Order: sequence, then structure tokens, then C-alpha cells
Amino acid sequence: MSASPGSVNVLLFASYADAFGSRQVSAPIGAPCSVFELVEALRTLPGGARLPERPLVAVNRSWSTADAQISVGDEVAVIPPVAGG
Amino acid sequence: MTTPYVALVHSPIDVARLQQRVSNDDVGAITLFIGTVRNLNDGRAVTGIDYEAYDAMALRELEAVASEIVAKMPDVRLAIEHRLGTLVVGEISVAIAAGHARRAIALDASCEAIEAIKRRAPIWKREHYADGDWCWVDPTKSSGNVQPKITEELAIVTAALAATMST
Repeated sequence: MSASPGSVNVLLFASYADAFGSRQVSAPIGAPCSVFELVEALRTLPGGARLPERPLVAVNRSWSTADAQISVGDEVAVIPPVAGG
Repeated sequence: MTTPYVALVHSPIDVARLQQRVSNDDVGAITLFIGTVRNLNDGRAVTGIDYEAYDAMALRELEAVASEIVAKMPDVRLAIEHRLGTLVVGEISVAIAAGHARRAIALDASCEAIEAIKRRAPIWKREHYADGDWCWVDPTKSSGNVQPKITEELAIVTAALAATMST
């Protein structure tokens, strides 16, 4: 499912899903944008203040960097500290 | 080169089956790493853990971890399962079987695999405590995390991952 114009759909998990009260949110920013800009936009949403300034982000199921670009249709996920094992 | 087996599972892990997957006539050593739910963490009595994953990416990371180890240690046979869902104390959360002609490679492979999984796989655990409280585990804040000796290469990979968001 692609993001609606003017927003990027973001997958949330574990503590971040709890913070936003949802497993998916629409970030108030349009693609293309950088990962850093996306996080800034997410932090303006209700519950967003509980996100760290530089959370781990995955784009299309790969670890990403703050300056990476997000394109329309990308699968974006904000990742809490991992704790497998 | 043997293709590694990796899976995320929702039912109890059968360690004997994992061992079977890495058994072969040319294998002289098999290591089994088994991670289990313990009853105490950071001084709190734990009754169980819910494991959650970003399934598609976690599976991809498990595959990448296994492939990288096989590329570095040719002829190693690997089988890895990580369980998701609700587990009680004593249950197996992750199991890794590594088989090789020689023990050194089998030992290194299983060690590298669990360390890389813990750092790279998008999997989370919510601990439930005896007093009814619960909490998402954040290893970056946890005290008493003892790291085993790991290879220099793995430390470099880990540092690179930690630095990804600081650019």
C-alpha cells in the first residue's frame, strides 16, 4: 500500500507502538524526504515525544542512515532498541 | 557450501531437529546454543516474556547473519530458529546449531551467530514480572550485560551498525 500524498506510512513496533497507540502511523511529511526529516515529523505527533531524536530506522527492511532518502512507496519502520535472543 | 536454515517460529523449538539439520558424515563437531527465558532480570522476578518481531526484516537479518558466517567459514552448516509469542520461564527462545569438521569453527560460528542476532535482528521482548508489572526490555539501558569475547570483525560490524544513525 503506498502512502497517501503528503504523508509517509510508518510501521511501529513494541515500545514505539505503545507510545503512538498504534502499529502504523501516517507521518505529516511528504516523500521524498530524508530519514532525519521523517523522524522530526513523527516527533510532532501525539506520543512522538517519546521517540529518541535519532531512533533506528529501516527502509525497505534494511537498516538505514539519518541522511538516507525515503521515496514514495518505500516501506519505512522506526525500530526500538532490539532485544532478541 | 550448504545453505543455512533460518526460521521464526511460533511453537516450541525442537533442538534435536536443528541438530539433525547440521549433521552430516563430514561433520565432526556440532555446537548447540540455546537461549532460554530466565526467572530474574535486573533484580526483578520474571514470570515470562512476549517476543515480538518485525517479521519480514527479522527473517532477512537472520538470513544475512547466517550467509555472512557461511561466507567467512566455508563448509559450516547452520540451523537457526527464533521463537515469537508468549514464553514462560525455562522455555527456549532461540536455538542455533552449527556443524563443521572441526570444533573451532563450530564454536566460532554459533558464538558469532547469537551475538549478531542480538544486535541486528528487529526482535523485542516484553518481560512480565511476578508483581504483575511489565516492561519492554532495552538492552542499551540494562545493567550487568556481560559480553563474550567476540571476533574483531564482528565488533567492527556492530560499531558500524551503532553508528548508522549518528551520521
